[in-house]
Amino acid sequence: MIEALHFEFMQHALLAGLLVSFAAGIIGSLIVVNRMVFLAGGIAHTSYGGIGLAVFFGLPIFLGASLFAVGAALLIAALTLKTRHRMDTFIGLIWAVGMAIGVIFVDLTPGYNVDLMSYLFGSILAVSSEDLYFMAALLAVILFVVTFWYRDILAVSYDSEYAGLRGVNVKFFYTLILILSALTVVIAIKVVGLILVIAMLTIPVYIAEKLSSSLFSMMFLSGGIATLFTLAGLWMSYTYDLTSGASIIIVSALSLGLFLLLHKKN
Amino acid sequence: MTVIEIKNLTFAYDKEIILDDINLRVEEKEFLAIIGPNGGGKSTLLKLILGINPLQSGSISVLGKEPSKSLSHIGYVPQNTNVNTDFPIKVIEVVMMGHVGTKRPLFGYGKEEILCAMGALEQVGMQDYAQRKIGSLSGGQRQRVMIARALCAHPKILILDEPTSSIDISGQRSIYELLKVLNENITIIVVSHDISVILEYATSAAHINKTLSYHDISDKKHTFHTHGNEGHFCEVELLQMLGAESCDTCPSTGSGNESVSVTDPVEAIWREKK
Repeated sequence: MIEALHFEFMQHALLAGLLVSFAAGIIGSLIVVNRMVFLAGGIAHTSYGGIGLAVFFGLPIFLGASLFAVGAALLIAALTLKTRHRMDTFIGLIWAVGMAIGVIFVDLTPGYNVDLMSYLFGSILAVSSEDLYFMAALLAVILFVVTFWYRDILAVSYDSEYAGLRGVNVKFFYTLILILSALTVVIAIKVVGLILVIAMLTIPVYIAEKLSSSLFSMMFLSGGIATLFTLAGLWMSYTYDLTSGASIIIVSALSLGLFLLLHKKN
Repeated sequence: MTVIEIKNLTFAYDKEIILDDINLRVEEKEFLAIIGPNGGGKSTLLKLILGINPLQSGSISVLGKEPSKSLSHIGYVPQNTNVNTDFPIKVIEVVMMGHVGTKRPLFGYGKEEILCAMGALEQVGMQDYAQRKIGSLSGGQRQRVMIARALCAHPKILILDEPTSSIDISGQRSIYELLKVLNENITIIVVSHDISVILEYATSAAHINKTLSYHDISDKKHTFHTHGNEGHFCEVELLQMLGAESCDTCPSTGSGNESVSVTDPVEAIWREKK
């Protein structure tokens, strides 16, 4: 494993894993406490539509996916703020339509056969320097938002009706959480792919939730746990020559099982 | 001094009328119990007073202003405080949410805010639990924390929606005893359908089932006797007391005439209970 660190792609992979895991831990915490896991799943899959459009129009993949995912997040925010009881139907619909758009635009792109698998399951060994900048910038934005607006985000997440009565702009923070989720999903696609991204956003969070007494400690603890899982998953992927994204998720799931066993015993 | 004045208020969801021509005046330091059946409009009225639901027709004035402008003087304890118990949050953090957007530090919480929150916790007897996780408290303890959160803003009016619905009898009593103490300085409005317990503490009662009828019961306190081993009132006695002035065919008068039309709301309560 150590000798592999001489390769630039491996350095990029580790750095990307670190940045994305930490972002996923923080945003995953917000997604879980706000019960938005299904929403995040919807946004993740919808963003494939953006990948298809980006391929078709020759735009950078990250840009296409980000714009599309943020668009989906705004649409979902608007719909769920208006009619909460129909929200699961809308999300299911957006989920499927987004993917269909992606597949069709890839079909329409002449002479280009995109490797669908690399988006579904991640391609952490193909991270470019630009990707890293994007990831680092997003993590910086996330860190700023969750520290600067911590009490507002906490209030909205814990009891949105009460927060509204105390003058917190609930719609703004709800939408902000969704947009940050969308962008996190997009950078996580590179590491674990859009099928597995939900596991990355939830497994470390589930463990951290049991060990934390505040949202703040939960966010940073799950960031740390996610990073650990990613590094262990990468090691497993390298050693046994397995798909990296799937390895990370398997390591996470096994660790969760082990944690639950030990946690129950105590 | 009148703190809340509602005039000719009518409210409908879609086309179904929930509240029909409601008139209500709440005086300072009153302890008002809002009672009535489920779906009768109790929560809707609260949401209108809090400015959560938009006004459709009629008027509401809270402390002389429209509801949304008086929010900083209203403490609100929502109905179900047992949701989200897994949420990783400390008691003190929950209480500090009650602060209104007064001068706040750039990051985190100010020292004054923490002191104020601790003071509110002391008022409800929960200061020793400040650093505990909210999920580790019992239903009654959590309800006290929610009251502390409402007190954090130094409200002039405290509004509670079904504050004891998930608490055992002794816990309910201690919540109401707490409210009685708070009532020395604050106007209190409690929504409940447990009429027997709440009427012991309230000074007035409003029964809502689409329309509203108001009873001043402060002068009748002495006529109350508690019956039964759990401190509940004898229902018939309660209705007798409430209905004595307006209802001459009350069930307790012994006429036993079941065929009279139900026009008096108090009798209506009795019929619902049956």
